Amino acid sequence: MVLALVAIWYVAAVAMNWSLVRDGFEREETPYTISDVLAGTMEAERPLLPAPHQIATAFLDSVFGYPPLAPRSLIYHSLVTLSATLLGFVLGALFGIVLALLILHSRVLERSLLPWIICSQMVPVLALAPIFIVVLGALGLHGLLPKSIISAYLCFFPITIGMVKGFASPDPLQLELMRTWSATPRQVLWKLRWPASVPYLFASLKVAVSISLIGAIVAELPTGAEAGIGARLLSGSYYGQTVQLWSALVAAAVLSSGLIALIGLIERAVGRRMGVH
Amino acid sequence: MPKPSHSTFDEPVADHAPRRLVVDAQNISLTFDTADGRVEALSDVNLQVAEGEFVSFIGPSGCGKTTMLRVIADLQQPSSGTLTVNGMSAEAARLARNYGYVFQAPALFPWRTIEKNLKLPLEIMGYSEIEQQQRVEHYLSMVNLTGFDRKFPWQLSGGMQQRVSIARALSFDPALLLMDEPFGALDEIVRDHLNEQLLQLWKSTGKTVLFVTHSIPEAVFLSTRIVVMSPRPGRIIDVIDCHFPADRSLEVRETPEFLKVAQRVRNGLRAGHSYDE
Repeated sequence: MVLALVAIWYVAAVAMNWSLVRDGFEREETPYTISDVLAGTMEAERPLLPAPHQIATAFLDSVFGYPPLAPRSLIYHSLVTLSATLLGFVLGALFGIVLALLILHSRVLERSLLPWIICSQMVPVLALAPIFIVVLGALGLHGLLPKSIISAYLCFFPITIGMVKGFASPDPLQLELMRTWSATPRQVLWKLRWPASVPYLFASLKVAVSISLIGAIVAELPTGAEAGIGARLLSGSYYGQTVQLWSALVAAAVLSSGLIALIGLIERAVGRRMGVH
Repeated sequence: MPKPSHSTFDEPVADHAPRRLVVDAQNISLTFDTADGRVEALSDVNLQVAEGEFVSFIGPSGCGKTTMLRVIADLQQPSSGTLTVNGMSAEAARLARNYGYVFQAPALFPWRTIEKNLKLPLEIMGYSEIEQQQRVEHYLSMVNLTGFDRKFPWQLSGGMQQRVSIARALSFDPALLLMDEPFGALDEIVRDHLNEQLLQLWKSTGKTVLFVTHSIPEAVFLSTRIVVMSPRPGRIIDVIDCHFPADRSLEVRETPEFLKVAQRVRNGLRAGHSYDE
């Protein structure tokens, strides 16, 4: 499967870069053969579609080729984005859970809040991000926090939706049992609704964490940030550095699958303690 | 052979008239408005239950036996009539944790071990850690489940789970035990076994038990009194006293006296049904 994809990619790289490389040879008026062009498509400096090995080399080079905190190191940029992602994720998760609690608490709130929540997700974040940055900048907030807020803004939504469902998931019999013991609403929440919603929580956290990474990256684009995966994407596309662009994409993918895997690990550990079989 | 007279449960109920009433229901009616029109779930039900009695409610589905139990438990409110439980209103009795309720399904909390499941009502009621531990051990041994405290519910059979739920209902030592078809979902062999165990439990604890069932042998075997109900509208059509020796075993079901009581219950059920078809 993966091999087939890589093969298709190579074919596509040859096809897409062909005329670019051929034009290059013709401009310089050097004689060339078909195999020269073929070789050229594999190692063009600014290809339309870089070949997989180019991306891999560039990725490994920018990860391991520099000290981790050098401005050309992808590790450095990933860390910048990761810190905004994690802060945004935590903020978004808390906000999402609190919102779900409010909705659980009152039907009226559900009817009045839910349309706004849905609206908030329908506005393209790319349009919203600059406004956020400008407004927060005017309030004296720079750097990490505005990025995190945009990331939180994107990622609270799946958590709210998941947790509203999760808090409502206990069996009616279990709720009636709590009633026969005349448990307080707080006890019903902590001893029944909260543990019952744990599977929903982890499912929505996994969705939310990758969204919050996207949020952090998008937040880096309009600010002209100097560091972060978003900044690498931006400068890559400014200067036609497709290889740099692609290796930044790979870094984002690695980061987000790492975060999801981490949540999966925590889910397994929690599941074991809660008797999941 | 007549038994020594200090064996309380052999004596006819009439002799216990001065005993404290645990349940006193007068003219209880309950109507629902459903999409198909008005349903009279309970119609003018009168019932007095004295301390230490074992009263079974039997009848076809829809006769209101479960509804009656739920009304006593304050899980549903009657449309009219007066009801006292332990000398107070049903709501006050629920708030004072005067009864333990056992549903047809065990309704254990799957993320809690057996031990933790038993502790749940105790935690809610604020028992000390030491007290909780002692009670868990005591009631687990009472339902013959010592050594299962660290297991999760899914590791136990249906019958074992139901025993846990009975232990849970007893764990805070309520005077009244309300059981809604607790063995309805179990097979015949397990049910027989649990019937014997429940009888032992009732003898050793002296609790008042209200027991909903649709099995005639179960009702006759366990009860001091059988309340026969019929549907549309849900009402009591017969109340049968029944006094077998306190140390009866399942073999009592083969005796002529037993069959006679069972016959009367069957006749009552048939009479209730006759104009229905």
